[in-house]
Amino acid sequence: MAAPPSDQPIVQFTRVSKSFGDIKAVNDISIEIHRGEFFSLLGPSGCGKTTTLRLLAGFEQPDPDGGEVRIAGEVVNRKRPYERQIGMVFQNYAIFPHLSVERNVAFGLEQHKVARAEIPDRVVKALEMVRLDPGKFSLRMPDQLSGGQRQRVALARALVLRPAILLLDEPLGAIDLKLRKEMQLELKQLNKSLGITFVYVTHDQEEALTMSDRIAVMDNGLVAQLGTPAEIYENPRTAFVAKFIGESNFFDGKVHGCDGDQWEIRGPLGNFRVPGDARLTEGGVARIAVRPEWMDLFRPEALPPEENGLVGTIREVIYLGETIHVIVTLADGADCTVALRNEGQLIKPVPWRKGDRAAVAWPPEDCQVLEED
Amino acid sequence: MKLPRWLVGFSFLVYLFLHLPLIVLVVFSFNDSKYGVSWVGFTWDWYRRLLEREDILNGLKASMIVGVTATVVSAVFGTLIALAVARHRFRGRTALEAFLYVPLVTPEIVVGISLLILFVLLGLPLGIGTITIAHIAFCISFVVVVVLARLQGMDQNLEEAAMTLGADEITTFWKITVPLLWPGIISGALLAFTMSFDDFVITSFVSGTGSSTLPIVVYGMVRKNIEPSINAISTIILIATSLLIYLADRLGQDRPLKA
Amino acid sequence: MAGLRQRVLAVMHRRTELGAWALLAPGTFWLLLFFLVPILIMFVYSLMPRGVYGGVESGFTLEHYRRFFNPLYLQILNRTFLWSIAATVICLLMGYPVAYVIARSGKWKNLLMFLVVLPFWTSFLVRTFAMIFLLRDTGFINTMLMNAGLIRQPIEMLYTPFAVMTGLVYGFLPFMVLPVYASLEKLDLSLLEAAEVLGARPAARFLKVTLPLSLPGVVAGCLLVFIPSLGSFLTSDLLGGAKQVMIGNLIQNQFSAARNWPFGSAASFIVMALVLAAVVAYLRVRDRSPGGGGLR
Repeated sequence: MAAPPSDQPIVQFTRVSKSFGDIKAVNDISIEIHRGEFFSLLGPSGCGKTTTLRLLAGFEQPDPDGGEVRIAGEVVNRKRPYERQIGMVFQNYAIFPHLSVERNVAFGLEQHKVARAEIPDRVVKALEMVRLDPGKFSLRMPDQLSGGQRQRVALARALVLRPAILLLDEPLGAIDLKLRKEMQLELKQLNKSLGITFVYVTHDQEEALTMSDRIAVMDNGLVAQLGTPAEIYENPRTAFVAKFIGESNFFDGKVHGCDGDQWEIRGPLGNFRVPGDARLTEGGVARIAVRPEWMDLFRPEALPPEENGLVGTIREVIYLGETIHVIVTLADGADCTVALRNEGQLIKPVPWRKGDRAAVAWPPEDCQVLEED
Repeated sequence: MKLPRWLVGFSFLVYLFLHLPLIVLVVFSFNDSKYGVSWVGFTWDWYRRLLEREDILNGLKASMIVGVTATVVSAVFGTLIALAVARHRFRGRTALEAFLYVPLVTPEIVVGISLLILFVLLGLPLGIGTITIAHIAFCISFVVVVVLARLQGMDQNLEEAAMTLGADEITTFWKITVPLLWPGIISGALLAFTMSFDDFVITSFVSGTGSSTLPIVVYGMVRKNIEPSINAISTIILIATSLLIYLADRLGQDRPLKA
Repeated sequence: MAGLRQRVLAVMHRRTELGAWALLAPGTFWLLLFFLVPILIMFVYSLMPRGVYGGVESGFTLEHYRRFFNPLYLQILNRTFLWSIAATVICLLMGYPVAYVIARSGKWKNLLMFLVVLPFWTSFLVRTFAMIFLLRDTGFINTMLMNAGLIRQPIEMLYTPFAVMTGLVYGFLPFMVLPVYASLEKLDLSLLEAAEVLGARPAARFLKVTLPLSLPGVVAGCLLVFIPSLGSFLTSDLLGGAKQVMIGNLIQNQFSAARNWPFGSAASFIVMALVLAAVVAYLRVRDRSPGGGGLR
């Protein structure tokens, strides 16, 4: 098998579908993953991200006319997991309880008929790579390890084989917060230093944003949006993405007209302007999202003219440490959240109190035009 | 929340009720007196006499032959069934699962006489052979229950992990599934052996006249009210089966299977 | 050889029905032939007239079932039924508190549970004999009482309904403790604390929280005592003597002294039907109750 050209994606899903009975867990998705990339599948439970991963691993097969899964250019629909160049790390580690740490790590090497003499050395190197001291841990049994240690063994066991792709199924789910953050960084570093493609499944959007080169946000078997963390966060395409990642305020309205390069939208809460966007049509319905941190608060009479502004009453001021969230009740009773940076309430407090009249304002460029889900 | 005194006391009495008869039985197997229940002195006599009794020795031999054979066969059959039920999808699976539990609730009397009828109908001579056949039948369900529980408690990710590391289905089965299942299989086998060794009712129907298994011999001794030798053989049976059950229990709980 | 391996792999990976049936075949066949078929034959026998030597001859008759409805036999069935229910109730009254105590015993749980289960797994015959040893006129209890001067004559305990009842309870008590314990162990203690905070006294807490939630275990336990009691044979045989006849003894008799196999088969079948009815009732109750299920 000739080496494929280096610019070819290492993984390709072409119109892949997978049904369980009547339910389509994965619905006609097409994704390309690049070599060496840290690629995340992100979404709530039941969105199909784990099924997608298992299709890649080979534990599930696509429906009969459900598209093709390619690894390094080759169609692998029919290939068993042990015939694919993958490694996998599971949420509950799946360390073989009856084998010691070193036997666990050596397992794959034995299966691939690596020379006996080479194995101990590679095991030691793999354990060092995941920061487990071989001297201390090699002979331990899994029930003598903590959750974090077991996860490292699972990682070492998969990586020692230098697979082309490493699949990770919510591997940090059962680990406590502080250790989780450490391991997120370690995983990112391993990805970069080893050059192995990581395909990572998670429901934690913060985690995905931290680690990934690109993210596929999934919802109900479909890919809602695929892009870099910045693209996903700053330009959410649908209301689902805008809601699932971070926080958003939503405004609906009818497209009234175009004035130069800005469209005017008239909605029940007020009017606002949006920069030209191919998706807007005159007379059509529009929905936009604005993130709380892109908004600011002004006294209604002091609203800057070039910004969008909606007037309301302050319902709540919440102290969150890094930020101050101000919840403003707008015209029809809808709430809008504004996130203000906390510059020290004891030195420079925000001048807003419950009951004040205020205008939430944001630049038109910060409007995210949303598509249908 | 502390437990009320009367509750603990009551429970203690129940425990006494459960164990006292057996303790008394064991103690008096060492009593140096043929009749009566007054303690005379310590002796190994009754145990020695057991060794002289041909019927006991033959009965023991028969019980061992039947027990070991039934255990091995039912362990194999039962494990295979458990594997099929736990890992495969097939029509009639629920019906089969239910069917597997029926032997456990069926009164021994019913099982015994129905087998007697069958054997007579088939013209099979009643003896060790028919006893073994019967024992295999009821032991299978015990093995299935134990092994199935263990299989269902086993993390399927373990087998999947092995496959991502390059092991095909057969290798995964031998290197991962079987070693992890093994304590369950042994546990089920020990249980089956104990059930077979102790069985009286079913055996009594399918063994016909002539020499038979140990429980049949003991029953005869009880009926004829034989001297404290009964206590002696009972004690031995008690200790032997207790040991087996203890082992089966320890093995059944061995090692956590989920991380 | 490689071809064989490939073919086996193909079957294994697809988890096909073929693979399943290959695994199931030996055991299932054995059970069908040596468990199900004999029972079916027994049923057929129960419908055939009695032959000269106690076997069957060809023909069809309901006389054996009709005969069963004779007051003599109904009385035996009745007695068996009543004794089984009595044994179940006594086991419940004795077993529930024990299960409760074990469930609250923290680190001693496993040991205490093991001590309950241990006698149960050892030979039923031996345990029944232990009862004889205790209860008979020259037995342990009588001798102790006489030596202590409390009684002059031995109390007749053996060969009485009392002996059979004691034997049944003794034999099946662990069957009650196990499922009740399983139920109680799962009980969330914070529920009781919540009840306490709401003002409920210990008795009320037990009746309104603990008992209802342990009901699945209680029902399972009752079933596990009732069914074997119904079909019991050894207990009444050894402890009851000739007078305390249960259905099991009646049936056994048909295959020895009385020589009436078809009648014995009919009686057997009736017992079997009763047992199945009890199981079905249990499954219905279990599937309908709130905490139901999961007590295998």
